[in-house]
Amino acid sequence: MRNMTYLSGVGTLTYDASRCNGCRTCTLVCPHGVLKMNGRRAMIHDRDRCMECGACARNCPEQALNVQPGVGCAAYIIQTWIRGKDAACCGDKGCC
Amino acid sequence: MTEDRTATDLNNENTPPHAMPRAPLGILSAVPKHQVETCCPAPPALQTPRPVSTLVAFQSPSLLGDTPSAIGAVPRLNTRLTTRDRWGGLKVRLGLGRDRYAVEPGLYAVGHPDPQAPVLVTANYKLSLDSLRKELAHLDAWILVLDTNGVNVWCAAGKGTFATEELLHRLNACRLDQVVTHRRLVLPQLGASGVAGHEVQRRTGFRVIWGPIRARDLMAFLQNPQRLNPSMRRISFTLKERIVLIPVEISSALKPTARAVGAALAIALLLGLAGRGTLEAVFRCMLLGSVAAGIGIVSGTVLTPILLPWLPGKAFALKGASLGLAAAVLCQMLLYPTMAGGLGMALALMTIVTSSFFAMNFTGATPFTSPSGVEKEMRVAIPAQAVTMVIGTIGWLQAIWTG
Repeated sequence: MRNMTYLSGVGTLTYDASRCNGCRTCTLVCPHGVLKMNGRRAMIHDRDRCMECGACARNCPEQALNVQPGVGCAAYIIQTWIRGKDAACCGDKGCC
Repeated sequence: MTEDRTATDLNNENTPPHAMPRAPLGILSAVPKHQVETCCPAPPALQTPRPVSTLVAFQSPSLLGDTPSAIGAVPRLNTRLTTRDRWGGLKVRLGLGRDRYAVEPGLYAVGHPDPQAPVLVTANYKLSLDSLRKELAHLDAWILVLDTNGVNVWCAAGKGTFATEELLHRLNACRLDQVVTHRRLVLPQLGASGVAGHEVQRRTGFRVIWGPIRARDLMAFLQNPQRLNPSMRRISFTLKERIVLIPVEISSALKPTARAVGAALAIALLLGLAGRGTLEAVFRCMLLGSVAAGIGIVSGTVLTPILLPWLPGKAFALKGASLGLAAAVLCQMLLYPTMAGGLGMALALMTIVTSSFFAMNFTGATPFTSPSGVEKEMRVAIPAQAVTMVIGTIGWLQAIWTG
């Protein structure tokens, strides 16, 4: 499956180029090639491919990247609506 | 996927003899008693209270004896999968015992590693460890298995168990700084949503190296980390990768559907008995209703994963609905061409909703749907599904009433 884009314009990824130290780690950890190097700084290359896994933000030593990470799973989200965020779990559902 | 299990559940489980923590016990022989609660496994009497997750009866990976290390003997993993490993893997792929497929966390070896050998980090889901060790046939390395409650690396990273804190704890408990002389850890790329490499380096001196996503690319990466093919850093979702997910989709769909269909049939039967139709007509309608739900399940859990890239739209609920519509129309044309229009419409709506709902649930198994996107999709899809289901069910019950 080549075209792995989902709904566009909904992601929570933000990037502050002025904080970037050029370490490249975000470009290594992103599983969808969302981030790229642009000279000595990173840039968001393909925002709509972001699945909000949070790998880039967690591994940015300068906190230049920010994202609201979560699980893109309908069964899980239904549970957060019913039971609240803390009690929700995948249980034995085929969520991951 | 195991977080909701309680200590009571776990204690009530019968522990089969093969599931005892045989694995890294070997390490104890060389470890002084006061340090025993460290790395992995100690006999029950020596154990300090542990978190609930570690009360799980562990599966034992196949071992080839022990490897000596600076801290004592470390269990050596077989790099070939045995029949039992394959059988166990098949079972969890079918959705059987998936939340009880954990191995003992701790330090293991493959081959004959020395203090210079690389350290590879993984999760204690047995399927994860198996898919790693089977790729390491000609490698001498240390394998550090984190306690992720028996959940795979990516899901565990997302849920905070394959995490910085657990890695630090495990490094310390296994005294890795004494086992190896270098200060490098190779982590799977998908662990990055849980582990902050710079934090690990700052707090332990170990540098985190992000390896490839797939274990099968690991040997090439270790031989030449600089020449990692960019495709090794991109997640894929091939036809084969989608097909292996189908059995778990089906098994998790069956339970809620069986309940809903059971309740609907009970209501239908009461209504049919009170209504004007013949018993035969009532039973025929009930059968058709069950078939409509069944077609919806197949469409949502089997056909949607297979046809995913070619289904129209971006929203999974829409993809599932259009496939459900096609399946319903096709089935009615082939199987029941003489069916009354009203009943046919009602059954089609039921198939469409069932297919749409389970297609939407498939978002949880894909590697590209964002939580913001899924939530946005659901805010529209769930009310639409509910309304459609009510209309479909009323139409079906009406057909049962009139016979």
